[in-house]
Amino acid sequence: MKPRHKRLVAVVVGVAALAVSAALVLNAFRSNLVFFFSPSEVAENKAPQGRTFRLGGLVEKGSLKRAADGLTVSFVVTDTAKSIPVRYTGILPDLFKEGKGVVAQGQLGADGVFTAKEVLAKHDENYMAPEAAEAVEKARQAHERAVKSMAQSAAGAK
Amino acid sequence: MSTKELDFGEHAARGEWWLRYAAPQAFFPLAGRLIPYFVVLAVVFAACGLYLGFFVAPTDFQQGEAYRIIFLHVPAAWMSMFLYVVMALWGALGFVLNTRLSGMMASAIAPTGALFTFIALWTGALWGKPTWGTWWVWDARLTSELILLFLYVGFIALKASIDDPRRADRAGAVLALVGVVNVPIIYFSVQWWNTLHQGASVSLTRSPSMATTMLWGMLLMALAAWMYAIAVCLARVRLIIREREREMAWMRELGGGE
Repeated sequence: MKPRHKRLVAVVVGVAALAVSAALVLNAFRSNLVFFFSPSEVAENKAPQGRTFRLGGLVEKGSLKRAADGLTVSFVVTDTAKSIPVRYTGILPDLFKEGKGVVAQGQLGADGVFTAKEVLAKHDENYMAPEAAEAVEKARQAHERAVKSMAQSAAGAK
Repeated sequence: MSTKELDFGEHAARGEWWLRYAAPQAFFPLAGRLIPYFVVLAVVFAACGLYLGFFVAPTDFQQGEAYRIIFLHVPAAWMSMFLYVVMALWGALGFVLNTRLSGMMASAIAPTGALFTFIALWTGALWGKPTWGTWWVWDARLTSELILLFLYVGFIALKASIDDPRRADRAGAVLALVGVVNVPIIYFSVQWWNTLHQGASVSLTRSPSMATTMLWGMLLMALAAWMYAIAVCLARVRLIIREREREMAWMRELGGGE
């Protein structure tokens, strides 16, 4: 082997070894790299007990309630399987909306209510014009209606 | 370690004429001739991209106008990762083949890569405040991108701290290659872990989740970033060649030695 072949092997082996060790380290720290816990993970006691953590999921539709002071809000964070009620006093980000993603930082009380100190909106990776979003939503609703009516006619046929 | 350089005359004889340009004295005038083309392309692409992005692309259905920072943010973030890989490849090439130009190319890319990383972080903060409600969070995507900035800065600092340029090249190559592990971590962080940062809108494996004009604006801006990066790196490598080869006969003939 020429010296430059030796150096090539050294570079390839070195980078491969680094990649493997990085993968192992990241795997070991997996739980610490998680930015938020989903309601299902909280239900499985994966979230730290009695300490501050972040809860992430979707704001359940129709769950947002404002208190009389105008600042305190309560809503339910869900991952469609489990859900956790959240209480928060403060200003909500502009993108905070029912049915959209949210990450709340705070503590889970003994009564099962999550008291948030900070609420962040998590938006998705879809970008489109409002008309396009409307069209997508209409198509989804039409699809749901079609499925429902098919199920109904199938039940009626029985 | 052998410091013998590759014999480029031998390659030229075998018809691999392009390897001639691995020699600084051949690459120096070539880079000089190429720069204007890339500058023109960068300006044209940026003008088209900005026009599409700010005048043609529709308002986003959930983020309103705030999403338009995507036309700067995403190309900058792409370039920050891509340039690091290119820098590491030049480093590796120089380490293996002991070519002079490779280390100079790696040095020339580093400041531009650091600049794009900084732009990606800064525009990300400006985007995060109105949409997420915060300038910064320590999620996996943001943190690994910050580490990338430190890697660039570390690379520049390490090279600057070693007087012998060939030794600096080798040390820089090792650092660049160690840091390259971070690039896939940045890219896949949004898939591997729960992050506040959203997933990729554009990827090779599925159709993009963006309106067509938005996508074109972003791709044109990405092309502009490429052209800018190439032009600036070529200009910078010419300066590095001038400095490092000032004692060489060919550079003295050019009058670049003083």
